[in-house]
Amino acid sequence: MNPGKILLVEDNPDDVALTMRALKSHNITNDVVVAQDGVQAIDYLFGAKDRPAATDLPAVVLLDLKLPKVNGMEVLQRIRSEERTRLLPVVILTSSDEERDIIDGYSLGANSYVRKPVDFVEFTKAAQQLGLYWLLMNRAPPPPRGP
Amino acid sequence: MATRDWPIKRKLTAILLLISGLVLLLTSAAFVTYEVVSNRQTIKVHLATRSLILAANSTAALAFANEADATELLAALRYDPHMVAGALYGRDGRVLATYPAAAAADLIPAAPEPDGYRFEGGRLVAFTPVAQGGNQRLGTLYIASDTKAVSDALRLSGIIAIAVLVIALLAAYALAAALQGRISEPILALAETATAVSTRQDYSVRAPKFGADELGTLTDAFNQMLGRIQDQSKELQQHATRLEQRVAERTQELEHRNEALRRNAAELLAANDELDAFAYSVSHDLRAPLRSIDGFSQVLLEDYGAQLDEGGRDSLHRVRAASQRMATLIDDLLKLARVTRTEMRSERVDLSGMARDIVGEIQRTTPDRQVEFTIAPGLEAEGDAQLLRVVLDNLLRNGWKYTGKQPRPHVEFRAVDENGDRVFVIKDNGAGFDMKYADKLFGVFQRLHSSAEFEGTGVGLATVRRIINRHGGRIWAEAVVDQGATFYFTL
Repeated sequence: MNPGKILLVEDNPDDVALTMRALKSHNITNDVVVAQDGVQAIDYLFGAKDRPAATDLPAVVLLDLKLPKVNGMEVLQRIRSEERTRLLPVVILTSSDEERDIIDGYSLGANSYVRKPVDFVEFTKAAQQLGLYWLLMNRAPPPPRGP
Repeated sequence: MATRDWPIKRKLTAILLLISGLVLLLTSAAFVTYEVVSNRQTIKVHLATRSLILAANSTAALAFANEADATELLAALRYDPHMVAGALYGRDGRVLATYPAAAAADLIPAAPEPDGYRFEGGRLVAFTPVAQGGNQRLGTLYIASDTKAVSDALRLSGIIAIAVLVIALLAAYALAAALQGRISEPILALAETATAVSTRQDYSVRAPKFGADELGTLTDAFNQMLGRIQDQSKELQQHATRLEQRVAERTQELEHRNEALRRNAAELLAANDELDAFAYSVSHDLRAPLRSIDGFSQVLLEDYGAQLDEGGRDSLHRVRAASQRMATLIDDLLKLARVTRTEMRSERVDLSGMARDIVGEIQRTTPDRQVEFTIAPGLEAEGDAQLLRVVLDNLLRNGWKYTGKQPRPHVEFRAVDENGDRVFVIKDNGAGFDMKYADKLFGVFQRLHSSAEFEGTGVGLATVRRIINRHGGRIWAEAVVDQGATFYFTL
């Protein structure tokens, strides 16, 4: 299994707890970094005044769309616009199944779009499948060469 | 200037002068002619008298052919200065004596001419027979007189006539000039008034009246006409003003309405945007707490299920079922909202093929139920494929759902032609419903069955009707309790 971290961008602590539980219950033990809004996610990936960018990129980003300050679409745009994170796998994990969100998400280069089911059993299954797919099945892009 | 373009004053004067001139001319001519004729008559009578006297006195001289007596007789003619010549011819026609005694040959004709009086070459000549005893002709007397008396009379009367003519014409001109005003003035006044009216469009002016004659009548008629025109134009003016006022009012009203419409449109747009935002927010936010409720109920069941009794676990299961039902409700509502919001793309849609797809899907996901579906081939319609799929999906699934308690469930999709309209029919032999509540069938959240009997949110048929309405069609249903329901729709 890919030992990389999972970056979970999610502002709802309930959803964070449930997602963590769902992942754990399927023995996905990778570190989960939680960003509670878009700014935290961007700071984590690209660094901020008081902290440097994360040295190793996460194996996958689970990105909620409706976030305080900077929303998920903007985070995705930023990720795709930077050379270093251009190929980073990003899975949109959201409540919305609005057509416009799905189209916008894929247009901005999301690798996948998953709607969070209300039924927690279904949700757990989805988390398991996501983990299995992105951490186990999927071949991640090679890390970018340093300058 | 052509005569017909002359001013009326000149025309009148000219006519008067022409008429009086002509009359005077004719009168003068008559006068002169009379003078000439009567003078000629007078000298003729004088000559005749003189001839007859002289002829009577000449019988002896002629009878004896006494030339000396004859010459003496003729010489008496010298007492009349108008006598220019005279002669006595014998029976044989030879000249016996002449006057003057040695007259030039051209003054005396060589032989006597027929008897009578004639004007010849400015002279009056007379040949008179000289007879004795009534019928014995002795010869002929010839005398000639000049016509100076006639020409004198002619000259005099001519001068008088011309003088009268000139004086009379002058008088006529003066009179015409003085009197033509009686006729021309009212006409000129009328013309002036007409010009004033036509150039200034001023209908308040009136032509002055000069008398009660035809021109007076004309002036009155003209003034009356002006009066009527003035009234009418005033009325027209009032109408125009009223019309303008009304147009202005209407325009203002229209502007107000336009403004209101613009505001309404803006409000509608804002409302639509708000609805959009609301739907978006519902989609994102309303489900999150449900996920927590369901999720943590499941966590409780998983982690503490053993410590709960049957009742506690049942409660948690009910909480989960409720939150999931609410999630379905929210999704259905969003679908309903989306039906209104999405843009329609019209195309030819194969409804039979679409229905077969949906039935296949139903049968794949619920292999434990055997429902017989009959789908007529070749059903087509013009419409939005995505939306029409929602219609067929809802109606076919309803058929499937409500035949759940039927031993031999059957759902049928076909079309009939009714009054030239294509009517699509989806008929099942399921639970049906009481026609008393048929009007509630298509309302949002309206259900004719309990959730315990048949699951559902009460949004499906509302969505269906909204789609049919957006296609400009109609939907209605007929049913008998426990014998099935039939849905009809047009597109």
